[in-house]
Amino acid sequence: MEREAAAAPEPGPRGRRRRRRRRREGRTRTVRSNLQPPPGAEEPRAGAGKGALRRRCGCPPYVADNRLKTTKYTLLSFLPKNLFEQFHRLANVYFVFIALLNFVPAVNAFQPGLALAPVLFILAVTAFKDLWEDYSRHRSDHEINHLGCLVFSREEKQYVNRFWKEIHVGDFVRLHCNEIIPADILLLSSSDPDGLCHIETANLDGETNLKRRQVVRGFSELVSEFNPLTFTSVIECEKPNNDLTRFHGCIIHDNGKKSGLCKENLLLRGCTIRNTEAVVGIVIYAGHETKALLNNSGPRYKRSQLERQMNCDVLWCVLLLICMSLFSAVGHGLWVQRYAEKKALFEVPEADGSSLPPVTAAVYSFLTMIIVLQVLIPISLYVSIEIVKVCQVYFINQDIELYDEETDSQLQCRALNITEDLGQIQYIFSDKTGTLTENKMVFRRCIVSGVEYSHDANALRLARYQEAEEEEEESVPRGGSLPHRYSMGSYQGIRILNRSHSTKSHRRSSSRAEAKRMSTLSEHTAFSSPMEKNITPDPKLLQKVIECDRCLAKARHHEHPLAHLSPEQLDIFDFFIALTVCNTVVVTSPDQPRQKVRVRFEMKSPVKTIEEFLRRFTPSRLTSGCTSIGNLAPNKSANKSGSTFLPALTNDSTLFRLDEPLGRSPLAINSNGYSNGAPDRWVPENPGLEREPEPQAEPEPEPEPEPEPEPEPEPEPEPQAEPEPEPRPQRESERELRYEAESPDEAALVYAARAYRCTLVDRLPDQVSVELPQLGTLTFEVLHTLGFDSIRKRMSVVIRHPLTDDICVYTKGADSMVMDLLLPCSSDDPRGRHHKKIRRKTQHYLNHYAVEGLRTLCIAKRVLSKEEYAGWLQGHLEAESSLENREELLFQSATRLETNLHLLGATGIEDRLQDGVPETIAKLHQAGLQIWVLTGDKQETAINIAYACKLLDHDEEVITLNAESQEACAALLDQTINYVQSKNPSSSLERTETSLSVAFSSLCSPLASSTSHPSPSLVIDGRSLAFALEKTLEDKFLFLAKQCRSVLCCRSTPLQKSMVVKLIRSKLNAMTLAIGDGANDVSMIQVADVGVGISGQEGMQAVMASDFAVPRFRYLERLLIVHGHWCYSRLANMVLYFFYKNTMFVCLLFWFQFYCGFSASTMIDQWYLIFFNLLFSSLPQLVTGVLDKDVPAQVLLNKPQLYKSGQNREEYQPLTFWLNMVDAAFQSLVCFFIPYLAYYDSDTDVFTWGTPITAIALFTFMLHLGIETKTWTWLNWTASGFSVLLFFTVALIYNSSCATCYPPSNPHWSMQTLLGDPLFYLTCFLAPVTALLPRLFCKALQGSLCPNDLQKGRQLAKSITAIDTFVQEELRTESSEQKKRSTSACPFQDSIAQPACPTKASEEPHAMALNVPLKEDTLVEGLGRQAPGSSMPEEEEAVLEEHPGNSKRKPVNTGGTAPLSSIFNLPNFSSLNWISSLSLVSGLGSVLQFSRSSLQMEKQDSDFLPSTPQPDQELQATDYF
Amino acid sequence: MAMNYNAKDEVDGGPPGAPGGAAKNRRPDNTAFKQQRLPAWQPILTAGTVLPTFFIIGLIFIPIGIGIFVTSNNIREIEIDYTGTEPSSPCNKCLFPNATPCFCTINFTLEQSFEGNVFMYYGLSNFYQNHRRYVKSRDDSQLNGDASALLNPSKECEPYRRNEDKPIAPCGAIANSMFNDTLELFLISNESQSTPIPLQRKGIAWWTDKNVKFRNPPGGKDLEERFKGTTKPVNWVKPVYMLDSDPNNSGFINEDFIVWMRTAALPTFRKLYRLIERRNDLHPTLPAGQYYLNITYNYPVHSFDGRKRMILSTISWMGGKNPFLGIAYITIGSISFLLGVVLLVINHKYRNSSNTADITI
Repeated sequence: MEREAAAAPEPGPRGRRRRRRRRREGRTRTVRSNLQPPPGAEEPRAGAGKGALRRRCGCPPYVADNRLKTTKYTLLSFLPKNLFEQFHRLANVYFVFIALLNFVPAVNAFQPGLALAPVLFILAVTAFKDLWEDYSRHRSDHEINHLGCLVFSREEKQYVNRFWKEIHVGDFVRLHCNEIIPADILLLSSSDPDGLCHIETANLDGETNLKRRQVVRGFSELVSEFNPLTFTSVIECEKPNNDLTRFHGCIIHDNGKKSGLCKENLLLRGCTIRNTEAVVGIVIYAGHETKALLNNSGPRYKRSQLERQMNCDVLWCVLLLICMSLFSAVGHGLWVQRYAEKKALFEVPEADGSSLPPVTAAVYSFLTMIIVLQVLIPISLYVSIEIVKVCQVYFINQDIELYDEETDSQLQCRALNITEDLGQIQYIFSDKTGTLTENKMVFRRCIVSGVEYSHDANALRLARYQEAEEEEEESVPRGGSLPHRYSMGSYQGIRILNRSHSTKSHRRSSSRAEAKRMSTLSEHTAFSSPMEKNITPDPKLLQKVIECDRCLAKARHHEHPLAHLSPEQLDIFDFFIALTVCNTVVVTSPDQPRQKVRVRFEMKSPVKTIEEFLRRFTPSRLTSGCTSIGNLAPNKSANKSGSTFLPALTNDSTLFRLDEPLGRSPLAINSNGYSNGAPDRWVPENPGLEREPEPQAEPEPEPEPEPEPEPEPEPEPEPQAEPEPEPRPQRESERELRYEAESPDEAALVYAARAYRCTLVDRLPDQVSVELPQLGTLTFEVLHTLGFDSIRKRMSVVIRHPLTDDICVYTKGADSMVMDLLLPCSSDDPRGRHHKKIRRKTQHYLNHYAVEGLRTLCIAKRVLSKEEYAGWLQGHLEAESSLENREELLFQSATRLETNLHLLGATGIEDRLQDGVPETIAKLHQAGLQIWVLTGDKQETAINIAYACKLLDHDEEVITLNAESQEACAALLDQTINYVQSKNPSSSLERTETSLSVAFSSLCSPLASSTSHPSPSLVIDGRSLAFALEKTLEDKFLFLAKQCRSVLCCRSTPLQKSMVVKLIRSKLNAMTLAIGDGANDVSMIQVADVGVGISGQEGMQAVMASDFAVPRFRYLERLLIVHGHWCYSRLANMVLYFFYKNTMFVCLLFWFQFYCGFSASTMIDQWYLIFFNLLFSSLPQLVTGVLDKDVPAQVLLNKPQLYKSGQNREEYQPLTFWLNMVDAAFQSLVCFFIPYLAYYDSDTDVFTWGTPITAIALFTFMLHLGIETKTWTWLNWTASGFSVLLFFTVALIYNSSCATCYPPSNPHWSMQTLLGDPLFYLTCFLAPVTALLPRLFCKALQGSLCPNDLQKGRQLAKSITAIDTFVQEELRTESSEQKKRSTSACPFQDSIAQPACPTKASEEPHAMALNVPLKEDTLVEGLGRQAPGSSMPEEEEAVLEEHPGNSKRKPVNTGGTAPLSSIFNLPNFSSLNWISSLSLVSGLGSVLQFSRSSLQMEKQDSDFLPSTPQPDQELQATDYF
Repeated sequence: MAMNYNAKDEVDGGPPGAPGGAAKNRRPDNTAFKQQRLPAWQPILTAGTVLPTFFIIGLIFIPIGIGIFVTSNNIREIEIDYTGTEPSSPCNKCLFPNATPCFCTINFTLEQSFEGNVFMYYGLSNFYQNHRRYVKSRDDSQLNGDASALLNPSKECEPYRRNEDKPIAPCGAIANSMFNDTLELFLISNESQSTPIPLQRKGIAWWTDKNVKFRNPPGGKDLEERFKGTTKPVNWVKPVYMLDSDPNNSGFINEDFIVWMRTAALPTFRKLYRLIERRNDLHPTLPAGQYYLNITYNYPVHSFDGRKRMILSTISWMGGKNPFLGIAYITIGSISFLLGVVLLVINHKYRNSSNTADITI
C-alpha cells in the first residue's frame, strides 16, 4: 500500500532501459503459461513462457520478474555513483575545484590537505544521507519482495507459497480474500459463481469502493476448479504501460478462437481482493512493469522560490568575489611593479632568482584570492539549508495541532525542500468535493410528484449530529425516554434544545437552512443517527408510502396491481423503486467480510438476443434463463459500471471528473472501518443498517437460503457513532446490509429508500431484489444497465417490473439533462396540465435545492411497450455487437431509450462541508490569499457551497461569467472589467498594494475590510473558462481575476484546472498552491508551486502527487499561516544571515589586502579560515533557523494578515539583501580597523593579530544573530555558548599541539599569549559592540517609529502574556458568576481568539478569559495602558452588547447593495448576474439572537468547564451571518 | 478552533471499532520541544527596550576609555627616526651604497624620565613582512633543530634554500632579510662624559619561541659544528652561530633572530630590540636628559621608501602606548550614550502611538 509507494520512488535509468527494450520488442507482449513446455522454434520472438524458460535454460530475462528494486546503489557502485551524482551540483564542483587549486604551489593559500577537508566533509555528509535513504528503500523493497503468495508449481502440481519476488510472468497465482495482489494478473477463475471478483483499489487511486473484475470470457463457465495445467491459451496484450484505466489484449485459445481482454479482466498490483473467496490468474506484468509501479513517478524535486532567489544572490556573491579578486590582482600587479625594481628586502624572487613579472604575479594573486575568499560562497550554506529544512519538516510533522485524531494521521511532508514556499502562497486553488466538503453524501430532501418533502427531522438530525457526542449525557436519557423513533409527539424541551444545537453547527449550509426552518418547525422531531445511513423519513411521505404499500398489498394478486394506486401513489412507489434499483450498488453483509449477499432464485442474464427476448417475455414471471458462454460478453459490457461504459466517447480525463452531479467521487459510503482498510475491523463492526424499525410492517419470511447473520442483541461498537443507543424493535427481522457504491450519492439514495422501507436486498448482474414491507421481496429482472457517464449525466436501468411485467426504464440523472428528456405534455388535457404543474413545481424546488447547496438528481421513469423495447433492443444489440465506434453507437442507443420520460421526483443530497472550512477560508482570505475553487460541479451548487464556506460573501458582489461563445466571452470580460474599474478608479494592482499597507488594526475584523474594500468575486463556468483561457482573452481574464477576492470555476475539467494554475503561475508570477483530494486534482497539484493532497477520504492519488498531505482542509490554515510563515521567515533570515556572515568574514580578509601588498595573504590562520563557517559559527544559526519564531502561533492565527509579509517577501528582498551586505561591509570595517588601529605599529605578528580578529568576528556574529533572533530558548543560549567555547577550545588545543606543524602560520602558543593580554579583551569587547551599534539602533528606531506588522504581532503576543497574568489574577478574585460571564463572552470575539480558547481551556479553566482582550485592538491598548485593577467585566459587557447589533446590521448592508446590482443588469448578456444578496440570509438575525440567549441560559446552569470550547464555536457562527 | 472536536464529529469516517489507544498511534508527542513551545525569552527591539542597552554601553565604555586613555598617557615613549633620508640627518651619509659599514649618531633629549622597565624597539615602516610569499618563506622544522631539515630545507624557502650547493641555515626570505642594524644608547651625563645604557639582549622573545619553537640543531658541543654543512643566508655577514657570543643566545635561538622571524602583521611595525631593566636604586631607568644613539647602519630601507625608527617606551598593564583604544572607548561610549538619549526621546514621544506596552524585555 503506502509501503509500495514509498518503495518505488523512481524507475530511473532502469525505466529508460526498459523503454528502449520495449521498443525493440514491438507493440505487444505474448504471455504463455509457464507450466507449458516452452514454445517451439517456430515462434522465436514470441518470448512466451519466458519465466519458465528462463528458469530452465537461464536465458537472459527480458521481462522483469516481480522483484522490486528501487535502490539506486549497490555496495560497489555506491561511491562512484554517488560522487558522480553529487558533482552534478555546481557548487560541489566549484568547491572541489578550489580545493584542488590549492595543490598548485604558485597559487596555494592553504595546505592542500586542509583545504580539501571541508569539501570532503560536505560530500561525506551528503553521501551518508543518500546511503541512509537508499538503505531504507532497500529495506522496504526487501519487505515487499518477501511477502508470500500462492503460486502454482509445475513440479508439485499444486499451489505453493512463494515470495513475491519469485513470481514471474506466466505464473499462476491464487489469491484469497483480502490479499494484496502481487503483480498485474489476468483473472482466470473466481470462486464467485458469476465469475466476478471485487477489488479495492485504494492503494492505487484511493478509491475505497469495490471495483468489479470479471473472469476472462470463456473461463467463468468452468464448473470444476480451474486447473492451470490445462491452460494452453496464449495471451497477447499491450506492452507494459502506466495507464491504469486501459488494458487491451486478447486470449487465443488452442482452437484458434480469440476473445478480447479488457481492463475488467485485469487485477492490478497493489489492489486488494475483496468479497471473493479465492481467485486464480496468470501473471501478465510483474515487478517494475506493473501498472502500479509504472505509475509511480517518485518524489519530485522542486526548487523553492526562496532558493531561486538565494541562488541569484549567490551569483551576486560570485560576482563580488570575482570583483574583489580582480581588484586585488590589479593591486598586486601594481605593487609588484612598484617594489620589484626597488630591490625590496621583503620581495621574494622566483626560484631562479628572477623576480616575478607583475602580470604573472597578478594572475597568481587572482587565483589565490579566489581561494582565500572562497568563503564568500558558503560551502555550508546548502548543507545548512538542507538541515534546517529537514528539521522544519520534522516539526511540521510533529505538530499536534495538525494531527487528525479521527484518521490517526498527521500531516505528511512529501517534499522536503519547499517548506518555505508555504509562507509565500498567493493563490490557492482548491477542489471542492472532498476538499472543502467531506464527500459524504447525505440524503436531505426530496420531491415526489411535485410535492416537496422537506425532511425537517432529517435536517435536524444532521444538525444534531454534530453535537451528539459532545452532549452524550444529555441525549442518552432523552433517547431512552422515547418509545418509538417515528413518534409524532412533540417534545417541547427537546425542541428548544435542538434549536440551540442547530445553530451550533459549524456547517453553515445546513445550519442556515435549518435556522430558517426552525421557527416553523412544530411536530417532527427525531433522534440523531449515523449520518449517512440512517435517514429519518419525512412523516408525510412515510405515511404516503405506507398507504401505498397497503394498497399494493391488497392489490398484489390482481391483474394490474399498480392500477389501483393513485397517480401520486404510483409516482411514490416508482420513485422509491427507482432509487433502489437504478444504481450499481453492491450489497454486502458485514458479518462475512465483504461477502456478497446472495439472494438468488435463478440465473438470468440481461437479454441478449431477440429470441431470448421473445422467449423470456412470456407472461410467466419467473423464467429460468440459461446462460451460455456466448452471452457473457454483452453481459459484461452491460454490467459495466458507470465511468467505463463509454470510454471512447468520454475523454479519458473525464473519467476522473469527480465533481459531476452524480459524482464519480469514489468515497466510502460505508466507511465504517472499511475505508481505513484494516482487515481486522470488518467483522466486529456494525454499520447500524438495521435501524429500520417498522412497527406496522410485518416481516416477510426471508426467501434466500443465505446463512442468516446472528442477530446481535446490541449493535455494539461505534461508541462515537451512536450517541444514543436506540431501541430496536424487530431487529431480528433485519439483515445487516451494507451498500458498496461507486459514487457516494448512489449509496445515499439507496439508504434513503431504505428509510422508506424500500430496501435493496441484493443486486446481481441480472436481477435486483427489493424488499418491501407489505409485498415482501420483489425481484426485478434487470435487462440492461446503462451506466453513468459524464456526457449523458444520467444512468438508466431497464427492468422488468415483477408486479406488472412491464418493461420499465428508470433514469436518474442531473436535472438539466433529465428535465429536457421528459415526455412533452400538451397543456390541453388535464393530465398534461397536471404533469406540467408537477414539473414546474419540481423545477422550482430544484432551484431552491441548488440555492441551498444540495446536489440534485431527477428521477424519471418510462414504461416501454414490448414492441418499443424490441425495437430498441434491436438497435442496442447491434450497437453492442458492432466493432467500430461501438461506444458511440451505444451512446446513441442509450439516448434513444432515455426519452419521453415521466418525471417521478427529485432528490437533494447534501455534501457536507468539512469541519472548519468557512473559518479556514475566512482566515486565508484575511491572510491575503486569493482562493480559487475549481470544481466540476454545476454552477448553482458550487455557488451555494461557496457561500456556505464563506468563499463568497453576501456582502460582496458576485460577477458571474457565462458565455456561449468566444465573442460573448470577450465582450463580457470587457464589460466586467469596465465595471470593476469604474467602481475602483485606481487600478487593481495599486489597490491591492494599498490594501496591503492598510493598517494592521483595521484589518482585524474581516467585515471591516470587506466593506471598505468590496472586492468582487468571480464565478465562471467551464465553457466560459475555456474561452477565457484562450490566448486572446487570458490577459483580460487575469486582470479581472486579479481583482477578485475569490474565483469560482464550475464545471471545469481537470485539464482546465491545471491550465488555470499554470496561467496564474506563469503570467502573474505568483506562488500557487493547489489542494485537492482526488485523481482529478492531480494535474493541478503537480502544476502548482505547492501541491497539497487531502489524505482523508479519497486516498492516495492526490497524495502521491502532492508535496504535502493533510488530513483535512482546515489544517491548511495552520500549515500556511503558522508553519508556512515560520518556515519562510526562518529560512529567509537564515539565508540572509549566511550571506551577511560570509561577506563580513571575507571583507575582513579583503581589507587586509590593502596592508599586505594585495598579496592574498591572510591574517587569519588557515584553520580558522576553513573551519570557521563549518564549525565555529554554524550551530547557533542552525538553531535559530530551526527554532526561531518571529511571532507566536497564536498571534499568527489571530492575525492572518501577518501572512502577507511572506507573500510580499518582506523578509528577503533584494533590498534587504543589499542592506545586509552593506551592513556586513560596515561591520567588517569596524572589526578590521579597530584591531588595526589598536595594534598599529606594535610588535604583534600576523597571526597573533589575526586571532583577535577571528574572535571579534565570532563575537560579532553571535551578537548579530542575537539581534536577529526573536525567541531565545535555552537551545539558542547553549548553541552560542558552545560555539564560543568551541572556538577557544579548538584554538587553545591547536595552538599548543605542535610547534612546527602548521606552516606558515605556526601559531604556537599565540592564543595562550593573547589570553594573557588585556588588549585582546579590550578589542574583543569594543569591536563587536561598535560594529553592531548601528544595527541595533536602526532596529530599535524602526521598531518604535514604523514597526511592521510582524513586530506589532510580536508586541501583541507580549501584551497577551502580560494580560494573561493580569487576567488570571483578576479571575482569582472574581466571583464564580463573573467567571461564567467571561467565558460566555469569549465566543463573541471574532476569530481572533479561537485557536487559543480550546487549547488553553484544556489546561486551565480561567485561561479562557485571556483571549477576551484580543478581540479589539482598542481593548488591548486600553488594557495595556491601564494598570491592573481596571474593571474587566465592564469591557466584556460592552462586547456583549455590541454584537447583537452586528447581526442586525448585516441585512441592512446587503439591502443597500441590491439596487446597485440592478443598474448593471445587462440585457444583452443576461448571464451576467450580480448576485448580491440572498433573501435567505436576511431573516436570520432574530433567530440567532434567540438561540444565543437560550444558550446562555443553558450555560448558566451547566458547568462551564467541560464545555468551554462549544460556546466559542457556536457563537462564532453568529459572526459569520 | 475546530481542533478540539475533530475526533468526535465524524462518526462515519473513523474506524469505529478501533480502540482509542491504537488509534492514537501516530499522535505526535505533546512535548514542549516537539510542539515548539520551549520557554523562550522574546526580546522586542524598540526604543523602549533597547535604550537601557545603550546607556549601559555608554556607562561601561566611557570609564574604561578614560582609564585606558590615562594609562596610555602615562606611558613614556620616544621615537627617533634614523632612516636618514633628510639631508640634515646624521645618517644621511649611510644611504649611499658604498658606505658600509656606516656609523652614525643621533642625539636626542628625554624631557621626562622613564620609570620602570624600558623597552627599546626598532620600528620599520612600509616593510611588507606580511606579504604572502614572504610569510611562507621559512622552514619551521629547520628552525626547530630538525637535523634533516637543516641540511635539506623545505621548498618554501626558495630561492633562499641553497647557496652554492649548501643548504642555507636559516633558510628563507624572512631570515635572509633579518634586521641587522646595531643600536647603542648613551646617556650624556655631563658635557663630555657619556655613560652607555646597559641593554639586555635576552628576554625579548616569547618564552615558548625560545624554548619550544626554536632550537639549535643537535650535535656537538660547538655551535659551529652543529651547523656544519650549512651556509649563511645571502644577505648575512656572519653565519647564524655567530649571532651572539653567548651560546644560549646564538644560533637559531638568538632572540633577535626569533623576534625577527615573528613576521609583523602590518607594514608599519616595531620589534623589540633590547630591554632596559629597572635599576634597583631609586633612580629612574632613563633619567631625563641628553642621550645619543649610536647606529651601525647596515639595513637598507631607503630603496623601497621604508623608514627605520628607534623607539624607547615604558609599558603599562595594557602594553605599550596606545592612545587609540582609550579614545575609541570614550567615543563609542559617548555615541552610545547619545543614541540612548535619542531613543529615550523617541520612546517618550512614540510610546503612546505604537502600543509598546511598558513591558521590559
